[in-house]
Amino acid sequence: MTVEGPNGHPLLEVKRLKKNFPIRKGFMRREVGAVRAVDDVSFHIDRGETLSLVGESGCGKTTTARCILRAIDPTDGQILFRPTEDTVFDVAQSTRRELRRLRRDMQMIFQDPFSSLNPRFPLLEIVGEPLLVNGMRSGRERQERVEELLRLVGMRPEYMRRFPHAFSGGQRQRIGIARALALNPRLVVADEPVSALDVSVQAQILNLLLELQQKLGLTYLFVAHDLSVVKHLSDRVAVMYVGRLVEMTDRERLFNSPRHPYTEALLSSVPEPDPRRRSQRIVLEGEVANPAAPPSGCYFHPRCRYAQDVCRTDTPVWEEVAEGHWVACHRGKELELAGVRDRLPMNTAAGNSTNPATNVTPAA
Amino acid sequence: MAEDHTTRTIESTVAVGGAREEERISVATQWQLTWWRFRKHKVANIAAIVLITYYVVVLFADFFAYADPNLPAAKRGLLPPQPIHLFDDDGWNPHVLAFEGSRDPETFERVYEILGDQPISVQFFAQGLEYEILGIIPWDRHLIGVSDDAGGALAQEHVSLLGTDIQGRDMWSRIVFATRISMTIGLIAVAISQILGIVIGGVSGYFGGLIDTVIQRIIEIVRSIPQIPLLMGIAAAVPKDWSIEQIYFAITILLALILWTELARVVRGRFLSLREEDFVMAAELAGASRMRIILRHMVPSFLSHIIAATTLAIPTIIISETSLSFLGLGLRPPAISWGVLLQQAQNIQTLALSPWLLLPALPVIVAILAFNFLGDGLRDAADPYGT
Repeated sequence: MTVEGPNGHPLLEVKRLKKNFPIRKGFMRREVGAVRAVDDVSFHIDRGETLSLVGESGCGKTTTARCILRAIDPTDGQILFRPTEDTVFDVAQSTRRELRRLRRDMQMIFQDPFSSLNPRFPLLEIVGEPLLVNGMRSGRERQERVEELLRLVGMRPEYMRRFPHAFSGGQRQRIGIARALALNPRLVVADEPVSALDVSVQAQILNLLLELQQKLGLTYLFVAHDLSVVKHLSDRVAVMYVGRLVEMTDRERLFNSPRHPYTEALLSSVPEPDPRRRSQRIVLEGEVANPAAPPSGCYFHPRCRYAQDVCRTDTPVWEEVAEGHWVACHRGKELELAGVRDRLPMNTAAGNSTNPATNVTPAA
Repeated sequence: MAEDHTTRTIESTVAVGGAREEERISVATQWQLTWWRFRKHKVANIAAIVLITYYVVVLFADFFAYADPNLPAAKRGLLPPQPIHLFDDDGWNPHVLAFEGSRDPETFERVYEILGDQPISVQFFAQGLEYEILGIIPWDRHLIGVSDDAGGALAQEHVSLLGTDIQGRDMWSRIVFATRISMTIGLIAVAISQILGIVIGGVSGYFGGLIDTVIQRIIEIVRSIPQIPLLMGIAAAVPKDWSIEQIYFAITILLALILWTELARVVRGRFLSLREEDFVMAAELAGASRMRIILRHMVPSFLSHIIAATTLAIPTIIISETSLSFLGLGLRPPAISWGVLLQQAQNIQTLALSPWLLLPALPVIVAILAFNFLGDGLRDAADPYGT
């Protein structure tokens, strides 16, 4: 189990979050339907832990992440954020003014290191912008802080007069991280921070994120579509499918004994470092369901190889099948599903999650 | 440990290419990059120089002209261009040859006979008609004038560099003054249309939704109105007591009301795409105000496009002025513009007997080409982060 905060309040609590994107048609832009990008999602993140949000493209991970930061407005639900133990804000209901203050405590790392840095600003201004707009008027003070931040992410402070075009993808991502850390946030939402990078650079950035977490006591919500990336830095993992959570538990249990067929399929696609151990790969048939017109019952049933009649008619309940192990599957309790351990013992001993430097080896 | 390793990797990567040139590019601002790229575009550079020359002429038209553009001289009608001879047998001695005019008794055509033995000395930067530079500083020097030893004679009585029109008015001076009108009067229309385009396009793109739909439909309607019949109608509808300049001003405003649509669409598109950019969201998450996001993040990234679009809009207006005046809808005599001058060249007699009346077409063509080349160059250079 994960360590809870001193008096049991998690840093972030998401309750029944929903986000619909209306589909409009015609001259008057009448609403003819809605894409349910995020559909009734609940989870929490404790202080200092890393929760990974995993799923295929288009399943609503990024939308969830952006709702939490209120980069987009959620349709319904609560997002309870506790920057300190005894203050609580509902981000979903906050005014613009409150948000400005709240965002000092929650920041984002973007997926695309190219579009996330304004090409017209030098590093000093990119990293210094959060400082400037939050009241650090003195240029000298700001410069010192930017120097400190750049050093923190492994960049030379001398580069701060340079523009983003002078840097590689990995370096740019470091700049993005420095910007996110400028205001000493408590929660950092990382939206697929390494998926746009070369595999060799991915490991560097993941290590950097882990180091920073230890140094600064950060809490991460880590969005990824790739379980092999998630394996090395999460405490808990939540799996999402078509706007809903299907399984959430701590890392070891998810990798070793998944309870949802979708998780099993995702796990089977994690690359195998050992060529002698050829495993059976579960290839999911068909496309991810269309969130504008999802299938009946369990959204996953058309692609599920364990599907029964009940799966086609009834929506599965999001329930705790074991302590801290949540699953939404009609057969969650009975199925014996294959985790990673059936193929290969995890090379990290359980609980040794804080020393990933040895096992972040690119699978290439 | 891991940090040391990654730090070293980055430092060594950069140290390898640590040449001065790389440093120069690394710290270059957007404008520097744009400028470097523009400098590589040879044709655009030439076009820029040509246009600067044009506007020097516009500013100092009185200096470049040597004659009163509206002064008729019955005895000098339809005089052919009179070249300046720079040398005579003794060396440097700029002069023009005097002529004698008479009328052909059979055709009533005015014929001029050059009197080869009567050179009239010509001086550069000579004294001549008095005028005021930019309307303030009184001066009397002109690019070309008649030598002082001609006994106080005025250049307009002896020189006709590009010939004269049917009323004996000096074509060179008329073209110079026409340049002043034609190159400037359209700028107001361009300014109005660009401001309209940016504001309406910005509102449409930034707010989106129903506002966007309505604005886009309006743009489609405006663009579907045929221009010439509309302008003819307007020209006929303006009050009779308006002066020529007022009428023309009304027409340029109307042109502006049609031309803004193109830029509005471009600006809207840029706003729509920029709104989705991660760096805009990053600024918002950092707590930047809406004003700061629009002014510091969004506008700078398409300002260069606006400059290019404006450069390309100016020739459209100039051509419109010229063609409207040619059709008799725009400026009319006694105003002088390229279109007005070309109106005189509308008949077969001109083509056959006095082709120099077609000369005003030349500055029009050169100016339009120059603006287009400059606009092309600016557009290519405008986005140094593109391909």
